[in-house]
Amino acid sequence: MERRQFLKVSATATGGMMLWFACGKSKGKQEPTGDGEAPQPSGEGADLNAWIRIDPDDTVTFRIADAEMGQGIMTAVSMILAEELDASWGKVKAEHAPSDSEKYGSQSTGGSTTIRQGWEPMRVAGAKARVMLVAAAAERLGVAAAELTTEASQVVHAASGRKLRYGELVAAAAKIAPPEQPELKAAARYHLVGKATPRLDTRAKVLGQAVYGLDVRLPGMLTAQVVRAPMMGAKPKKIDDAAARAVAGVRDIVTITSGVAVIADHFWAAKLGREALVIEWEGGDAGLDTAGVSRKLAEAVGKGVEVRKDGDAAKTLGAATKKLRASYEVPYLAHAPMEPLSATVHVHDDLCEIWTGTQTASFTVMKAAAILAISPEKVKVTTTFMGGGFGRRSQVDFVADAVEVARAAKVPVKTVWTREDDVRGGQYRPAALSEIEGALDADGWPVAWRQRIASPSILAALGPLKKGVDATSVEGVDNLPYGIPNVHVTYANPALPVTTWFWRSVGSSQNAWSVEHFLDELARLGGKDPLEVRRRLLADKPRHLGVLEAAAKAAAWGTPALAGRARGLAVHESFGSFVAQAAEVSIENGAPRIHHVWCAIDCGRIVNPSTITAQMESGIVYGLSAALHGAIGFEGGRITTSNFHDYPVVRMGDMPVIDVILVESTADPGGVGEPATPPIAPAVCNALLALTGKPVHRLPIKLTA
Amino acid sequence: MGYRINVNGEVREVEATPDMPRLWVLRDLLGLTGTKYGCGMAQCRACTVHIAGEPAFACQTAIAAVGDRPVTTIEGLSTDGGKTLHAVQEAWIALDVPQCGWCQPGQIMSAVALLGKTPAPTDEQIDEGMNGNICRCGTYSRIKLAIHRAAKGGV
Repeated sequence: MERRQFLKVSATATGGMMLWFACGKSKGKQEPTGDGEAPQPSGEGADLNAWIRIDPDDTVTFRIADAEMGQGIMTAVSMILAEELDASWGKVKAEHAPSDSEKYGSQSTGGSTTIRQGWEPMRVAGAKARVMLVAAAAERLGVAAAELTTEASQVVHAASGRKLRYGELVAAAAKIAPPEQPELKAAARYHLVGKATPRLDTRAKVLGQAVYGLDVRLPGMLTAQVVRAPMMGAKPKKIDDAAARAVAGVRDIVTITSGVAVIADHFWAAKLGREALVIEWEGGDAGLDTAGVSRKLAEAVGKGVEVRKDGDAAKTLGAATKKLRASYEVPYLAHAPMEPLSATVHVHDDLCEIWTGTQTASFTVMKAAAILAISPEKVKVTTTFMGGGFGRRSQVDFVADAVEVARAAKVPVKTVWTREDDVRGGQYRPAALSEIEGALDADGWPVAWRQRIASPSILAALGPLKKGVDATSVEGVDNLPYGIPNVHVTYANPALPVTTWFWRSVGSSQNAWSVEHFLDELARLGGKDPLEVRRRLLADKPRHLGVLEAAAKAAAWGTPALAGRARGLAVHESFGSFVAQAAEVSIENGAPRIHHVWCAIDCGRIVNPSTITAQMESGIVYGLSAALHGAIGFEGGRITTSNFHDYPVVRMGDMPVIDVILVESTADPGGVGEPATPPIAPAVCNALLALTGKPVHRLPIKLTA
Repeated sequence: MGYRINVNGEVREVEATPDMPRLWVLRDLLGLTGTKYGCGMAQCRACTVHIAGEPAFACQTAIAAVGDRPVTTIEGLSTDGGKTLHAVQEAWIALDVPQCGWCQPGQIMSAVALLGKTPAPTDEQIDEGMNGNICRCGTYSRIKLAIHRAAKGGV
């Protein structure tokens, strides 16, 4: 059985998600991912373009160039393609496309862009293939293409009642030149887009058959773990590997750029091997501790460069009688996707084959090619399913390790990270400090806003910052939506020896909190209702207002909450979408208890309401884990946080009831993977402010008696 | 050392050190990768399997401690090579529960165990019974609905 599985994996190695079938139980015929019939031999099938293949049995296979990490894009992109193609949904399968920059351009998934950027090109791809099928049918039937229509994977000639299946047309259609500008379907004719559609990957995931990066198995494969420096920047000075080499199952120990790799028969032997390694480290910053991070932020915050200046905030603040000043601080955060990181690499015959759950096949190719000094064409990436990404898998450090290990081992090696490696591995959401001052006019309405931000830059590691500003660190503040006449925003990039990376919703994850919570503090100072203040200041922002009103209505804003509870509101625009949330909160055993969240989103055109709802729940839970628990700690240069016992996350028992409202819109699609994360922390903190009268100035939330 | 173990109704022979956790025996020696690794320290329950019908952390159970007690993994929950699913799996599909899906085999194994002991659980009993299983994607709401659905026989 094992051998057979290996062969199947190898045979389909470039077929992306065909790996699903290969590693399931080998007894009997495997189930396809959709609800269609099992795949048939596909000798006369053909590709109509890079994304669409049709087989003689009418099975339509979509190759999805972006990464499915749980957010549902494999299904949503398939819906868009199938809509324009008029494909029968029951016959649709989807798989990750192989890495191929010529066919797919950049294959990177982040910034909630898959549907936003794919909406137009995927419709066009589907429509082009449809036109080719119609042209093939016209030729075969001897009628004009204009007399033909398409439905459910068939071309129909209504006048004669004749029908041809896509499966019998595809070979001829593939020889027809694609049209330059195919006509796109009118939205009124959509039967898939906008309709709640079950995910194509559900069944494989529920059966335990879906193959993730960590599940990849190849013939003769070894498994490696890497011991990385306990302090960022440290290097091994002396390695005693005698005891490690004596561990049963350990095959080799090699030094790579990031540390010392133990290569073994399997995970367990690699783990025992690494525990037996004795490494003396040198270098690294031993002075870093958690309080030191806060100090660095505080030292930098007043020394920023200007990001935005409207009116004269300093003068207005100086003259105001009602004003407020507060500091908001957030810690470094790990992504902690449920599936720890891994990459399986085989370097052979001048080729590098990689199987991994990556958000960026493109950078994976470039990184491997650079390490091995081979041309990018010699690197092949098979993207597997991934057990969460949240931005972590758009960094390629774990792939780099695996490539170096596989080069040394000369056989296929899966290099895996333990959970501790993951939590201690850097690439964190940056810590941040915002100092905000606000002034009210005589009637209690905000008229000045000064926000000074200090946060270590993510982008500085990738290239020089434009005018000294990391755009991700100030997002949500540089575009502060409120109609306040005097606004001043600055940004400082404090030097800290901690690697940072994009974390679900990036700068908005902290800036929505500081902005929205401070606005409630100002509303309170002015004796105003938080909804009234937002209504007034967002008078010319219809999409903000639309979601705000929808969430407030759902939450019955203005009616009293149950005894001991209070509600808070927040609204934020990010990644092309607008989200408002209301949270109802109480205090139980000295900690916030979130009972209910009402979430309204305007993400423009709705593709799959089911996954949008799921992404709202997902973003809320992710943001709630950070607001209630998330913090990476440092002591003596070492990271003290390591696993879910000291990096806790929201569990079933902490889960609020979540109601999601999808606001109708005809605007082009916005993102949905990230925009639900930013508003939850301020919605909860605003509820706590209403409940206790005390603001929350540091995350994660610690209530004081 | 050689061990004879009973997994999903089949007796399998493996070579392993006595301390090797069942999780890695299943995944790396038997190729049963449906059982997932999430933390390695009994914090997340992604590795939940049933040992003699009781839910267990595969990451904390050394092979030597299991003996010949029967082990059921997610692959053994369905029958007929995945054609006939367990009622809990059917409910998971009906409600489209998974997002990334990594934690779901463990969630499903925990839910099956919960329903075995408490056939018609309240929300509070589900919270308690499932609190050990972490999901980073936030599928908890749908998991709760799916457990109620399975408890009612798929309605």
